[in-house]
Amino acid sequence: MFEFLINPAQLADVLSTALRLSIPLIFAAMGGLLCERAGVFNIALEGQILFGAFGAAVGAYYFGSPYAGLLVAIGFGMLSGLLLAILGISLRVNQIVVGIAIILFATGFTSFMSRLLFPGGGNSLTLDGFGPINIPILSDIPIVGKVLFAQNGLVYGALLLVLAINFLLFRTRAGMSIRAVGETPSAADAAGIHVFRTRYACVITGSAMAALGGAYLVLTQVLLFSDKMSAGKGFIALAAIVLGRWQPKLAFMACLLFGFFDAVQLRLQFNNPEIPFQVFAALPYLVSILALVGLMGRANPPSSIGRPYDREMR
Amino acid sequence: MNTGETGSSVSPIDAEARLQLRLLGLVKIVYLLKTVWAVIAALLIGAIFILLAGGNPLEGYSALFRGAFADYWGIGDTLVRMSPLLLAGLAVIIPLRAGLFNIGAEGQIYIGALFATIAALYLPDFLPGFLRIVLCIAVGALGGALWAAIPGLLKAYRGTNEIITSLLLSYVAINMIGAVLHTWLIEPGAPYPYSREVPEEVILPTFMPRTQAHVGIMIAWVTALLVAIMFWRTTLGQSIQIVGHNKHAAAYAGLNVKRLTVLSFALGGAMGGLAGVFEVLGLKYRLFDHFSPGYGMQGIIVAFLAALNPIGAILAAIFLAGLQVGAGSMQRATGIDTTMVAALQGLVVLCVAMGLAFKFHPDRWRRRIAAWRRDR
Repeated sequence: MFEFLINPAQLADVLSTALRLSIPLIFAAMGGLLCERAGVFNIALEGQILFGAFGAAVGAYYFGSPYAGLLVAIGFGMLSGLLLAILGISLRVNQIVVGIAIILFATGFTSFMSRLLFPGGGNSLTLDGFGPINIPILSDIPIVGKVLFAQNGLVYGALLLVLAINFLLFRTRAGMSIRAVGETPSAADAAGIHVFRTRYACVITGSAMAALGGAYLVLTQVLLFSDKMSAGKGFIALAAIVLGRWQPKLAFMACLLFGFFDAVQLRLQFNNPEIPFQVFAALPYLVSILALVGLMGRANPPSSIGRPYDREMR
Repeated sequence: MNTGETGSSVSPIDAEARLQLRLLGLVKIVYLLKTVWAVIAALLIGAIFILLAGGNPLEGYSALFRGAFADYWGIGDTLVRMSPLLLAGLAVIIPLRAGLFNIGAEGQIYIGALFATIAALYLPDFLPGFLRIVLCIAVGALGGALWAAIPGLLKAYRGTNEIITSLLLSYVAINMIGAVLHTWLIEPGAPYPYSREVPEEVILPTFMPRTQAHVGIMIAWVTALLVAIMFWRTTLGQSIQIVGHNKHAAAYAGLNVKRLTVLSFALGGAMGGLAGVFEVLGLKYRLFDHFSPGYGMQGIIVAFLAALNPIGAILAAIFLAGLQVGAGSMQRATGIDTTMVAALQGLVVLCVAMGLAFKFHPDRWRRRIAAWRRDR
């Protein structure tokens, strides 16, 4: 059943699929991680992926260019982030409640609007997407070349994003402020850091990143929009953040792990038509749960996560 | 100035104080009706959506309302739709009163339906019909409870985030039902996966002739009532709420927080399970792949709308059911797609969530009213 993991050609195929499938998780996990590091629980990732997917379809359909799709997706992501920020940071509504509300709104809004904006519904679209960019010479290396150097631009973008977030959080002054705001906002405030401004910035950019995950799905994978196409990816990304203990590099590896299991289950579905496909389709979700459960030691989230800051209450 | 209706013996100062108190009461009522304002706001924003879709909002809403509530069959359909929404709402409400988010009611609905279907198909024929129905319901509720106990246990003993696990378990459950249907329960020769029909003896009777309104609806109402009584009057209900208010205080008071965490999740899961049971025994008579159009997630809307009140959940579920049933009539009358109602539901939750930002501060309003009276 698992012979394909030994055969080099098939393994390369599975690995490249794994990378492909982990990209939306990486975008969403990096976005969520940025929010959580600043002390804001962004449970809405699932909805933001959906908003991003929808925005990408709208942009690519109406302006005929995948780049426009990317921009509209980012716009939708930022708006949903702004909503989360206003309600969850300024108005101090329970951030989990707001997040769930955003998910439910995204689900309903996108399924209605996609019927309104696309003739025949989002499912009948064939959008212009991003093709693979072969990096000369490197892409000819056996196995590794095909996996790493013959992907589309958004894949390279996601990988760079991981490095960028890591650099931002741990190597810059802004990153220090973000982490301080997420740990002890009152101390950060006393030290002259703008708590609200920092949190707003993190939530809005983080949400835009999650939306890019959705844009990736639409513009490089399926080239159409379908209802609820985020299919739990936002929650798997949340699991990756916990599993990665709020460290960008570790969360990235968790995303790769989940992507790998998704690729394996797809291959298993394909190789074993006599077994009902649902047996394999459940695997990525199951692995995410088991990984969370099996997490060794305590994972400590940023200590003021989910708690809106109130200057008058110290 | 009005000296009040109690007579001339009241000094104007007392009357003024009483008037201000009455104004304060009025403001409080405005705050209490927060959910109503949120729904109205959502309907107004929804009107913009209808306009965008090229329809007339008034026509659309009135067609929607008439389709759901204006005639006998509409009411029957609305009640049928209300049952899973109410139970899914309770599935969210019970754990949330303990401060736990169960967003995986969808999975619990599927597992409940699976358990009930298996019981219905394989319980021996010699048992009387009534007993078999009771057993099916119990087994289905138990299935939902066991499924929901997983995130509860993980939360209690491993500290695993219940939001993530409960939701991801839904996907596992849905795939599990698909696999079971494909291999074991599928009706031979069926064009797409569904189970054999359950025996006639276990089908729930209807209570409105010529509609599909089944007894499960009434059981759902009674269940909501029982849940309300549980929270008002029983130690268990009180304990769950104490855990919800402050875990540490609850532990300090000697409550077994871990047990209550699992228990509240399992009780919620039992509600989800019931929703699945009634869909099979009351409505479809078979287990279908993907039979739930997202009742689990819609249960969250019910819970928020009801402000976690089990009795309020009945009203909230009727409202949502009405929207969903009326959507078809709206589409036929005005050509606006039924998914408009999905968008509207999203708006409702969003507006309710925004409403949570407005809390009634009596002191602040007392001062405000006093200042306003002084100015006049």
